[in-house]
This record gives sequence, structure tokens and C-alpha cells, in this order.
Amino acid sequence: MSLALFALLVATGSFGAGLLGAVTGLGGGIVVVPMLTVLFHVDIRYAIGASLVSVIATSSGAASAYVREGYTNVRIGIFLEVATTVGALVGAAVANVVPTSALAVLFGVVLLYSAYRSLRGDKDTSAVPPPDPLGEKLRLNGSYPEAPGRIPYVVHRVRLGFGVMLFAGMLSALLGIGSGVVKVLAMDRAMRLPFKVSTTTSNFMIGVTAAASAGVYLHRGYIDPSVAFPVMLGVLSGAVLGARVLAGADVVWLRRIFTAVVCVLAVEMLYKGLTGGV
Amino acid sequence: MTPTPPRQSTPVKPNAEVGRPRAWSDYDVEQVVGRLLQAGVILASIVVVLGGTLLLARHGGERTAFAVFRGDASPLRSVSAAFVGAVHGDPRAIVQLGLVLLIATPVARVALTLGAFLLQRDRLYVVLTAIVLVLLLFGLFA
Repeated sequence: MSLALFALLVATGSFGAGLLGAVTGLGGGIVVVPMLTVLFHVDIRYAIGASLVSVIATSSGAASAYVREGYTNVRIGIFLEVATTVGALVGAAVANVVPTSALAVLFGVVLLYSAYRSLRGDKDTSAVPPPDPLGEKLRLNGSYPEAPGRIPYVVHRVRLGFGVMLFAGMLSALLGIGSGVVKVLAMDRAMRLPFKVSTTTSNFMIGVTAAASAGVYLHRGYIDPSVAFPVMLGVLSGAVLGARVLAGADVVWLRRIFTAVVCVLAVEMLYKGLTGGV
Repeated sequence: MTPTPPRQSTPVKPNAEVGRPRAWSDYDVEQVVGRLLQAGVILASIVVVLGGTLLLARHGGERTAFAVFRGDASPLRSVSAAFVGAVHGDPRAIVQLGLVLLIATPVARVALTLGAFLLQRDRLYVVLTAIVLVLLLFGLFA
């Protein structure tokens, strides 16, 4: 395949990934690596490098708006970024010794879990734990805008959230994804933050988490300009369009389609990993 | 149905701590951080589009070979190599420089928040932000 055709096809696929990722909230990064490895036979290390770069682009782009609207809790973000950056550097170090077939299997499992979370919805009926005194000490409690004023909230289970973030950082580095699903899980479920605060603060942290491992991967040659540029421009333009044009659209069917794509890619990744095709 | 209120021309400063005058309120920090992220992504995208166009114009007909990993032999594996190559007009290096600018955007955001917490004399968050910044710079330059 010529470079021009490769760039065109990869940019088109990445555009679709960015669009659906933005609309469904799962993020485009999660399908970029399987798309590149399964459909375009790109080495998984190049795919991870390109995906990380696109993750930084979309999360920074979206975060710029959320931060100014006052949803993002900057202090929680920075506090938890200590965990995600440590996790990301550990993950990047571990990635050097993990066989690529194991990465593919891990990716397949994460894809299936993301699809499951996406379909299961976000109903949680378990009892709310008491507010964590650490939240007061670290000044993590805050408020978010909701017409006509702002609604205050307190954080719970700070240590558990911090621990899950270490894992989220590792996963982000190992697989080249934003791992927003895990980050939201830590803040929404463990720390009991309002959903809108969880998603926007997760987004705020994704860029920093991805930048930690992207720096390491730059030195290892994972970031190839010819692979990364169509991915980055495709995912970013898809995500911008998804956020601007399709905000508030009926996403039930889009979510189902995206989830189906994620499941197919998960099976492909598991198959490739287990048969040594990666 | 509650209509969304229009954006106020003089926005309330929700996170500003009342009674303790400070150089920079959290609200101010949020506005500047948002603008910085936006500017970083736009600048990086412009450089990548420029480099990508040149790359396709000069090498668009070449056959791709990404199935085999040869990244460990790539000359564009550092911030300085991307910068030097881009100055000499190498399309691949221009793209790489754009990608480096993109990776640098969150790093710049952390550096900016560090400055803001310094101005606010918020020692706890100065320390936490400094830890994150050191880890990021370690990844990028070590």
C-alpha cells in the first residue's frame, strides 16, 4: 500500500473512531490500536504511540472547554495525576518486557470490559460511604455549576480512588489508551463524585497521563510520524465534530453500534494475541 | 423546563475563596489553563497538517512497511532531533515536532498550574504539582 492511500484510509477510520468515541463517551483511543493492528497490520508499538498522541489531542481539546465552564475539579485532577503519572511510567517500563501478544490479550479483555460497562448503564444502588476526612485535608471537596447556582459535593474513599488511578495510569501506558473508563470508575464509584465532575476531571487528567508515557515512547521510537499524523488528525477532527454537531443527539443506537464494533475488535485482538499473530 | 441562562458578561467567580485576597483565584487559573490547552492543540495541529502535507507530497507514492517495528533505529526519537530536523525542512521531522508540541501541551498545563499555586502560596498543591511536573519531564527528557 502506498503511503498516501494508507494515510487516507487510516485518517478516515480514525475520524469515525473519534466521532463515535466522542458521542458515546468511550473515547476514540480505544478502537485506534485494534484498528491499526487488525485492519492495517501495523506493529502494535507504532499503533500504541499513534493512539497516545491522538488521546492527548482529544482530551486537551475537550478539557479546554470543560475547565473554563467550571465542571473540572483541578485540585482533584492534580492530586490524582500523581497516581496516574507514576502508574504510566511504571506501565511504560513494564511494556518493554511484556510480549506484544500479551498486550493484545490484555487489550481484548479491556475492550470487552468497556463494552460491558457501556451497555450496563450507570445505575448504582449501593450505600454511600461516609465523607473521607482526607477530602477535607487535601481540599478536594468542591462544587459544580447547575442552573441557577452551584451544587456542593464532598469526596469519599480518597485512598481507594488514588489506588485505582495507579492502575488506570499503567493501563494507559501499556495499551496507548486514555483509560477514561477506569478513571471515571475511580471518581464516580469509589470517590462518589457527581458524574459530570467525574467525566470532566477524568478528561482533564487523560492528557497528562498519556503525556507521561508518550515521552518515554518517543525515545523508544514508538511514535512514527507517518503512522501518527493521519491518526491524530482523524481522531481529533472526528471528536470535534462529535462534540459540536452531535451533542444531545439520540446516542442509544450509536452506542450500540460502537459497542458492537468494540466487541468484534476485542475478539480479533484476543484471537491474534492467543495465536501469536501480533 | 428550566432555560439555560445566557453566559454572563461578568461571570461569578465560583471557586474564589472569599475574604482571602489572592493574586490568582481558582477561577482565573481555570480560564488561563483552558486557553493554554486550546492554543497548544491548535498550534500542534497546524504544524502536523503542514508536515503531513509535505510528507505526502514528497513520499506519498512510497510503499508502507509498518508491520515490522524499526522504531528503535528511527532518528526522530528525541525532542531535539525533531526540532533540528524540522528546521532543515524534513517533512517527517516537522510532523514529529508537531507531535512533540502536542505532548508538551499537558506538560505546559502542569507548569502553569504550578506557577498559579506558587502565586496562591498553596504549599500542598505546589508540592503535588511539582511531583507531577518532575515525572512528566523525566518521561520526556530522561
